[in-house]
Amino acid sequence: MPLYHDEDQAMLAETASGFMADEGNIAKQLRHWRDRDCPDGFGHDLWKQMAELGFNGILVAEEDGGLGMGHVEAGIVLEEIGRNLTPSPFLTSSVLAATAIGKGNDEMRGRYLPGLVSGESVYAVAIDESAKHRPERIATKAEKSGNGFKLSGKKDFVIQGASADMLVVAARTSGSDNDEDGLTLFAVPKDAKGMDQDSVRLVDSSVASHVTFDGVELDGDAVIGEVDGGREVLNAMLTAGRIGAAAEGVGVARGAMDMTVDYLKQRKQFGKLIGEFQALQHRAAHLYSEVEIARAATIKAAQLLDAGAPSADLMASVAKAKVGKTAGLAVREGVQMHGGIGMTDEYDIGLFMKRDRALQEFLGDAYYHANRVAEMSGY
Amino acid sequence: MADLEKFREETKAWLEANCPAEMREPVRDEDDVFWGGRNATFKSDAQKQWFEVCRDKGYTVPAWPEAYGGAGLDPAEAKVLREEMNRIGARPPLSSFGIWMLGPALLKFGTEEQKVHFLGQIARGEIRWCQGYSEPGSGSDLVSMQTFGEDKGDHWVVNGQKIWTSYADKCDWIFCLVRTDKENKYQGITFMLFDMESQGASTKPIKLISGNSPFCETFFDDVKVSKSYGEGIPGYVGEINRGWDVAKYLLGHEREMISGAGGGDRLAAIGSAMKRHAAKTGDELDPLLRGELAMFDVDALAYAAMGEKFLDEIKVGKAHPAQPNMMKYAGTELNKRRHELMMTTGGSRSLEWESDDTDGGKPSRNWLRTKANSIEGGTSEVMLNVISKRILDLPGA
Repeated sequence: MPLYHDEDQAMLAETASGFMADEGNIAKQLRHWRDRDCPDGFGHDLWKQMAELGFNGILVAEEDGGLGMGHVEAGIVLEEIGRNLTPSPFLTSSVLAATAIGKGNDEMRGRYLPGLVSGESVYAVAIDESAKHRPERIATKAEKSGNGFKLSGKKDFVIQGASADMLVVAARTSGSDNDEDGLTLFAVPKDAKGMDQDSVRLVDSSVASHVTFDGVELDGDAVIGEVDGGREVLNAMLTAGRIGAAAEGVGVARGAMDMTVDYLKQRKQFGKLIGEFQALQHRAAHLYSEVEIARAATIKAAQLLDAGAPSADLMASVAKAKVGKTAGLAVREGVQMHGGIGMTDEYDIGLFMKRDRALQEFLGDAYYHANRVAEMSGY
Repeated sequence: MADLEKFREETKAWLEANCPAEMREPVRDEDDVFWGGRNATFKSDAQKQWFEVCRDKGYTVPAWPEAYGGAGLDPAEAKVLREEMNRIGARPPLSSFGIWMLGPALLKFGTEEQKVHFLGQIARGEIRWCQGYSEPGSGSDLVSMQTFGEDKGDHWVVNGQKIWTSYADKCDWIFCLVRTDKENKYQGITFMLFDMESQGASTKPIKLISGNSPFCETFFDDVKVSKSYGEGIPGYVGEINRGWDVAKYLLGHEREMISGAGGGDRLAAIGSAMKRHAAKTGDELDPLLRGELAMFDVDALAYAAMGEKFLDEIKVGKAHPAQPNMMKYAGTELNKRRHELMMTTGGSRSLEWESDDTDGGKPSRNWLRTKANSIEGGTSEVMLNVISKRILDLPGA
C-alpha cells in the first residue's frame, strides 16, 4: 500500500479540511466556548454536525451503523481537528471508546454505538491513575459482588469526563497492581451511584476530571469483552488512541508551522521581511523537515494498524514520540518567531502551544514512548 | 500482474543459476566493488564471472534500453530484480559514476549517437568516469567556478583546477563543468567530456581525516578538448553554455541517492545492536546513552517511513520537486548522529585506528567519513536554503 492518501482518502481530507476550517475554527469553537467558560469545553452542535458527515462513527463497523473505515481515515479527521484546535469528543469517543465498545458483545454495541454515531452521546475513557500515563500499573479494583462488581479507586486526566454519558474504565479484577493480566474494562454510566467527578479546566481550555469510585455497583453487563481479559482491549484502545493523538499532533504542528511561515512573510523589521533572515529561514526549513517525517511516521503507523500488522504497536510509539518532539518544536518556534505578539492572548499561536502541551501528556509523552520503543526493541 | 510474477520466478531462477556464492557475501572493502574501466582488474574469478553474465544480459544497467547496453526493464520489473537481488544479498555487478551520474544526464540531454556510444561503454564497464564539479574557490557556490575553456574553433583549450574529484586517479574519462563564457554566470558553462590521459591533465590524491584517499585534486594545463568525437557525438552534453542545466539536474539526482531513499541499513534502528555491541566488551549501556539511542531509534524509524513515503510519491509524481533536498538534509544528519552514538557505545575500543579487533579501525574511520555526508552533494545549510526558497517560499532566500 503506498504511503500517501488514495483518491477516497483525499476526498475525505478535502471534506474534513473544509468543514473544520468553516465550522470548527478557533474563533467559532475554541475561543467561543472558552470565553463563555463552558463547562464542557466543546460544542454539542458541532458534535452533531460531525455526526451528519459520518465522522463520529468513522471506526464503527457498517453493521453497527458506522462508516467502517480505518485509522488512516480517522487520522485524516484528527489532523484537521489539530490544525484548527477544534475542541470535540472525537479522539476519546470516536477513537478510544469506539475501539473498546467495538469489541463488546451485541448488547453492549447496541447500547452505546447508535448514540455515538448520531452525535447524541459523548464517551470518556478513564485509564491513568496518577499525573503520568502508566497503564502498565492499574490499581483501581472491581470486586465480584452478587451478579456484578463493586468498583473502587481513583482515575486521573479523564478528558471530558463530566460531559460524558458513559466512561470506559480500566479496573483490576484479579492479581496485583503491576500484573499484565487480571484487568477488566467496564462501561460505567454517568449517573452510577458512588462515582464522583472533580472537574478541572486545563491549560488548553479543555476540561478533565479526577474521578473517584467509591464502591460503585455495576451489573455484569457493564463488562466490555471478557472478565480478566481487559488488557487486550485496553492495548487495542491505547494503540488506536496513540496513533490518533499523533495524527492530531501532526495537525497542531502543521497549523502552528503554517501560521508562523505566513508571519515570516508579513512582519517587517530593520526594513526587511523577517523571513529574509537566514537565522529564521534555516529554523523554519528544519521544522518543515521534522513535520514531514513525523507525518509520514503517523500515516505509516495507521496503515500498519489497519492492516493488522503486529508492528503497529511499535510504530504507534514511534509516531507518538516523534510527533511529541516535533509538535513541541513547532509551537515553541512559533511563539518565538512571532515575537511579542506571540505572547498575547489575542493572537492564536499561543493556543497551539497550549493544545500541544495537553496532547503531549495524553496517552504518554515522547519520553514514555521512546522508552517503550527501546523496551520493545530489546534494550 | 501475472506477467510480473512470471518475471519474478524467472529472475529467481536466473540469479540462482548465475550469481556465484561469493558474490552473495556482503561487501567488506573497496576492492570487493568492481568499478570497471580500461585498467580494471578482478579480485576473483567469481567477481569476473558475475560481472560478465550481468553485462551480457544487460543487468549492469537493467533499466536502460537494450540499445544502450541495458535490459530495457520497466520500473516494476527493475524493482523486482532489485528485490530479488537484495533477497539473496547479491552484490552490484558493476559500480560507477557513469551509471549513477553521467548515464542519467546522457539519457536526458544526450544525442542518440552519444547515448549509443557512451552509454554502451559504461554498461559494458569499459570506461570508468569521474566527476569534475567543485573547485578550490567554488564549493557550495558552485556556479562561481573558474576553470576556463578557450574556444579554438573545433576544440577548446581548458585551464584550471577541480577538487573532490572522486577516484580521479583511477578513472579514464571525466565529465567536467567548464566555463566557456566569462560574461554569463549561469549560461556560460559547458558540460564537457574528455579523456583523463589527455596531455596536461593530472591528479593528486587528497588524504582525508579518515586516513583514506577516495578524492583527488585535478589539474588542467592547456588540455585540448575536442568538440566532437564523431558524427552526432558532441564532446559535451546538452548545449554549449547550457551545462548548468545538466549540472542542476544531476545534483537533484545525486541528492536523491545520498538521501538514502533507496533504503539500506543506515535507516535502521540501532539500539538493540548497540546493547549487544557493548556486551562484547563486558559493558552495558549507560542509562542516558540508552535514552539517546531510544530517541535516535524513534527518529530513524520515522525517517524510514518518510523514505518509503517519498519513494511512493516520486513514482506517481506527487512529491514536491524540492523534496529530495529535505530528504538529503534529514538523512545525512541522522547518519552522522548514528555514527556518533556507535562511537560512544564502543568506548575506547572504537578509538583503535589499526587493530584486528576493529578490522583496521573501521568504527573511527567510518565515523569520520560520515562527516562528509552533510557536505558533499550540497551542504545541509544549502539544503535548508533550498527548502526555505522552493518549498516554504520565504522571501529573498
